[in-house]
Amino acid sequence: MVLRIDSLIHRYPNGTTALAGVSLAVRAGERVAIMGPNGAGKSTLARHLIGIARPTSGTVEVDGRDATGLGIADLARSVGFVFQNPDDQLHAATVAKEVGFGPRNLGFPADRRTALTTWALRVTGLTAEADSHPRHLSFGERKRVALASVLAMDTPIIVLDEPTTGQDHRSVTLLEELVGDLHKKGKTIVAITHDTDFCAENFDRIVVLAEGRVRWDGPVERWLEGAEDPSVSAFEQPQMTRLGRGLGWPAPVVTVDSFLDRLTDHAETGVCPPSPRPLNT
Amino acid sequence: MIEFRNFSLTYPTGSRPALREIDLVVPRGQICAVVGAEGAGKTTLAGVISGVVPHMTGGDPTGSARVGGRLLAKTQPSELVGEVGLVMQNPFNQLSGARFSLREELAFGLENLGVNRAEMIRRVEAVMADLGLTALASLSPYEISGGQQQLLAIGSALVMRPAVMVLDEPTSQLDAVGAGLVFDTLETLRARGVTVVLFEHRLERPARYADRVLVLGEGRIVADGPPTDVLTDPRLAEWGVAPLRYTTAARRAAERGLWEADRPLPVTLEAAADGFAAALKSARTAGGL
Repeated sequence: MVLRIDSLIHRYPNGTTALAGVSLAVRAGERVAIMGPNGAGKSTLARHLIGIARPTSGTVEVDGRDATGLGIADLARSVGFVFQNPDDQLHAATVAKEVGFGPRNLGFPADRRTALTTWALRVTGLTAEADSHPRHLSFGERKRVALASVLAMDTPIIVLDEPTTGQDHRSVTLLEELVGDLHKKGKTIVAITHDTDFCAENFDRIVVLAEGRVRWDGPVERWLEGAEDPSVSAFEQPQMTRLGRGLGWPAPVVTVDSFLDRLTDHAETGVCPPSPRPLNT
Repeated sequence: MIEFRNFSLTYPTGSRPALREIDLVVPRGQICAVVGAEGAGKTTLAGVISGVVPHMTGGDPTGSARVGGRLLAKTQPSELVGEVGLVMQNPFNQLSGARFSLREELAFGLENLGVNRAEMIRRVEAVMADLGLTALASLSPYEISGGQQQLLAIGSALVMRPAVMVLDEPTSQLDAVGAGLVFDTLETLRARGVTVVLFEHRLERPARYADRVLVLGEGRIVADGPPTDVLTDPRLAEWGVAPLRYTTAARRAAERGLWEADRPLPVTLEAAADGFAAALKSARTAGGL
């Protein structure tokens, strides 16, 4: 397990309980989306993975090491965290310096630094902006600079907080390709998101937090069936899932491709397709 | 309410205009959604309407831009307080930093305008109820979640009762409940005659609520019309805007004969469900299956 969280409780100094006993284990290479209503504890949970929040009780194990005993700098070798608001993490005078800062700080040799920086700029579509000042870029571009600067640190675990916010069509497409590429490289990807379309089309597993607890943990399609977790109805489900349900189909569809396959079956046979085809094929 | 005539603007550091030859009239009580790729000029347009650009950013405007009859070039941003409410993309940047609870943060703008206490309390409580913030009233603006801060930023603009609301991706960090509350609030505002200009990447709610969709591309208006026309335009993706999955599914189904040729492409769940149900029905009749 690359992440193992056990009975994690987090209470803020004002007495608010943000996490009320969360247990969660993530295998290396998994793509996990964390969803939940505003204030459910999603960002607090993520902060524990990088050591900027510490447990009131319970344990957090990252990459086989007890995170509570590790400093922030040490955890940064294992977990890259892309903040919701890019301005929380940008500070350098050019995009290239910003992206090069992490690998330099981690003491990587020069050739590896250069290779990682070049790659991170390319996959985030920022090569042409290498010499720009991050503050002169749009919000969406600054978010990609923040993402690139985390990618360049080459951590085994990458945590993305609301990655699709402020991203246009091209950038979301880049992000989807990136999640696929990182998955192929064996990276573990954890995303906090409200974007169910993005989550259902790109992630294998969904963890739903509500009031500081895990309400659901399992494959996306099973969650969307709704039988096992009624809280699913409180979420904006993927467009194709809602449409399939509107046509009376019993099993959820997620992507446009799977919707069209099911539609063709329905038209040919004249009945609601009873069993789902494999999703995300 | 909002009137641009041949308006262009170039920033001091810009090599090309951020906005070019904008002609735009948004009447009172209209919800106008603005979409487009990154760098298309959306943030600049939001800034001009709210008086921030060019007064606080620099930049060289030509043509004219008016809000509520005032020529923006001759209006200081402070004179627009109470007239135009701006909700920025990053709600954190919008917190006053000077108040210790949500309730006080919401009252901050009204205090500065010298609104009397009874009126201030009435407005703050009403906005908290509309946006589902009442239970959080005594928490610090810094100890709530990102989504809750986004609702707070919207509330801070609403309490001022502006004639124009400019919102930059106001629901990007919100769950379905929070986003629903925001759009319901926008509908209420429209009914009161407030003009709403909404900048969005995710189209499902604008498709349902907006009276009109404007597409910006490289600083120009490249499309302008009702959501059902603009959002089904085959060039939408070229303009850097992701089409709704409903529209994509219907367009591809039409190639397989599973969407009626004379039926407009859908932009809402209901229109899509109706269209596909009709297509399935006629497939059964035609094929005798």
